[in-house]
Amino acid sequence: MYRYDEFDSDFVRQRVAEFRDQVARRLSGELTEDQFKPLRLMNGVYLQLHAYMLRIAIPYGVLSARQLRKLAHIARVYDRGYGHFTTRQNLQFNWVELARIPDLLGELADVEMHAIQTSGNCIRNVTADHFAGAAADEAVDPRPYAEILRQWSSLHPEFSFLPRKFKIAVTGAERDRAAIQVHDIGLQARRDADGAIGFAVYVGGGQGRTPMIAKKIRDFLPESDLLAYCTAILRVYNLEGRRDNKYKARIKILVHEMGEADLIREVEREFEGLRGTPLALPAAEVARIARYFAPPDLAELPPHSVVLDSRSAGDPDLSRFVRRNLTAHRAPGYTALTISLKAIGEAPGDASADQMDAVADLAERYAFGEIRVSHEQNLILPHVRLDDVPALHAGLQAAGLATPNAGLVTDIIACPGLDYCALANARSIPVAQRIAERFADPVRQDAIGDLKIKISGCINACGHHHVGHIGLLGVDRKGEEFYQITLGGSADETATIGEIVGPGFPADRVVDAIEAIVDVYLRLRHDASEDFLAAYRRIGAEPFKSALYAEV
Amino acid sequence: MAVYDFHAGAFRDDDWIFPDDDASLPAGKAAVSKARFVAREEGALGLVLTAGDTLDGLGNALARVELVALRFPRYADGRPYSLARRLRERHGYTGELRAVGDVLRDQVDFLARAGFDTLDIVHPGTIEALRAGTLVRVTRHYQPGARSERPAGYSWRRVSF
Repeated sequence: MYRYDEFDSDFVRQRVAEFRDQVARRLSGELTEDQFKPLRLMNGVYLQLHAYMLRIAIPYGVLSARQLRKLAHIARVYDRGYGHFTTRQNLQFNWVELARIPDLLGELADVEMHAIQTSGNCIRNVTADHFAGAAADEAVDPRPYAEILRQWSSLHPEFSFLPRKFKIAVTGAERDRAAIQVHDIGLQARRDADGAIGFAVYVGGGQGRTPMIAKKIRDFLPESDLLAYCTAILRVYNLEGRRDNKYKARIKILVHEMGEADLIREVEREFEGLRGTPLALPAAEVARIARYFAPPDLAELPPHSVVLDSRSAGDPDLSRFVRRNLTAHRAPGYTALTISLKAIGEAPGDASADQMDAVADLAERYAFGEIRVSHEQNLILPHVRLDDVPALHAGLQAAGLATPNAGLVTDIIACPGLDYCALANARSIPVAQRIAERFADPVRQDAIGDLKIKISGCINACGHHHVGHIGLLGVDRKGEEFYQITLGGSADETATIGEIVGPGFPADRVVDAIEAIVDVYLRLRHDASEDFLAAYRRIGAEPFKSALYAEV
Repeated sequence: MAVYDFHAGAFRDDDWIFPDDDASLPAGKAAVSKARFVAREEGALGLVLTAGDTLDGLGNALARVELVALRFPRYADGRPYSLARRLRERHGYTGELRAVGDVLRDQVDFLARAGFDTLDIVHPGTIEALRAGTLVRVTRHYQPGARSERPAGYSWRRVSF
């Protein structure tokens, strides 16, 4: 993984000092809350319902065991013993004191981490495929490009006061696990017929109030043009994006209002002027960064593990875990292992300090000390020997982290919702918990198969409800929490915005509604090989509507 | 009136005049709005652009301009940064670029790196910090800036000061 050099280290330390100065000016009254707000936001500090919240960047989801232990330490010392992994590969602490945040940031800097640009109207934490460097289907490792973009976007002098936030995601496989088509810029690294690396460039995707799927504006942008081309897109957006209405300020609205053709013309014109500037990426520099992401020392192994096969034959828990939580690795005999943070009855994405320490220990023992954070709010050990899975599974069981539900109906994405968030209209976490409890039976979950439920507590859509196979949006109706249901959404390479199925349901009926939807699917699917999304795309919304609304 | 000069690292007196659109053009160094600049051929040497103005329609007149003042209506409005880059890169403008208006001290280095030469600012805390030299600065940068800075390792990195 990437390691800070002296330059990076100086940069982060200077940034901590700058923020310490800003906090002191706020506490002394020199800065009003209004003036402080954009400054604290650029460092990931929000003022929430109960306290300040700090959002820490986990760039493109990559963490070392040492970093995870530091996060556990911070959870214990600065917070209430836990943290919340978000849908953008960040970690949030919900109970920090403003005056202590500069010290906390100093501790993060000790382990090469920061909270820079995890909020505010700037380029946010760059995200990537959580299986990068491990997935069997990967064409190009997206991490070096995500790291270069992370660096280039950090305290960018021109793009720190954009009309609105700006999110970039990178993948390197045809199968999109980074949801690139619902980002402001989505990049798919690929190879041409000669093996040269370039990018398919998508622009103007997003969720929130006006969900949109991104437009592809370049099929193969040469690697060396990456920064110049992103600069061109950002410059056009910075100048032309709307600033009169924050709900219309994202680049997706500009793309929509300007039209794809005009936007492409403007971007290409800007890009022409930037060619041949110092923004061109020399291949040797990319290679220098890529060396940090060289694969670990993997052994030559047979593709099947006799140990794992025999152990899981006699252990239904292990067998279920193997079936759900392992993903094909590029190297024979290895797997990428998902640690679900969706234990039945727990808040999705939450991990206690003890659990973070346990994962760090297991990662060091069995997985080269490397951990990934997925936008689905789970953790991943990207390089695990199949032979080690039984022991690892036992270790996870001891830490309460062996829930075998990756990709199943109980693997729910949920934003913090009204329990924490100042923007929310309704609670998300208790609804996720009640759905998970309703479907807790593992046999039933298996029978239902792949199904992504995503819950947002307000229209900002942090819980990605628009792209859930089943999406739930919390709304406030005259002081009562209601949930609007969308069906058929998807965040992968077939990205689709879900369709609203009909009037919303009150909190006490929403779980029944989800169950009714699942029952329709089970009744009408061809067979178990047709998953929920495929069945929905075939049969449409009608059967679900009649089941939900017929009797009332 | 005093402006802060990045090159000198200090405030200095300034004799530019900014007449209203309906006032007559004074002799000497006067800067006028884009509307006036384009509509009347008065030969003004200075141009005032507000966030939201484009650079279209200025034609070759930019070649004689000695000052472009970019107004920040609110410090959170980042358009002038991109206007500054476009003026330098696309239009080849080499005269003085001045930031006018609501600027916080935390933006001072962004402005310098975006190619501004001078600041005419109103925020008392920022003015005080510039006078006293108490800005807390980040001197490591991950992007080439508009000023000449020391390269630092990777092609996109720079060090200032």
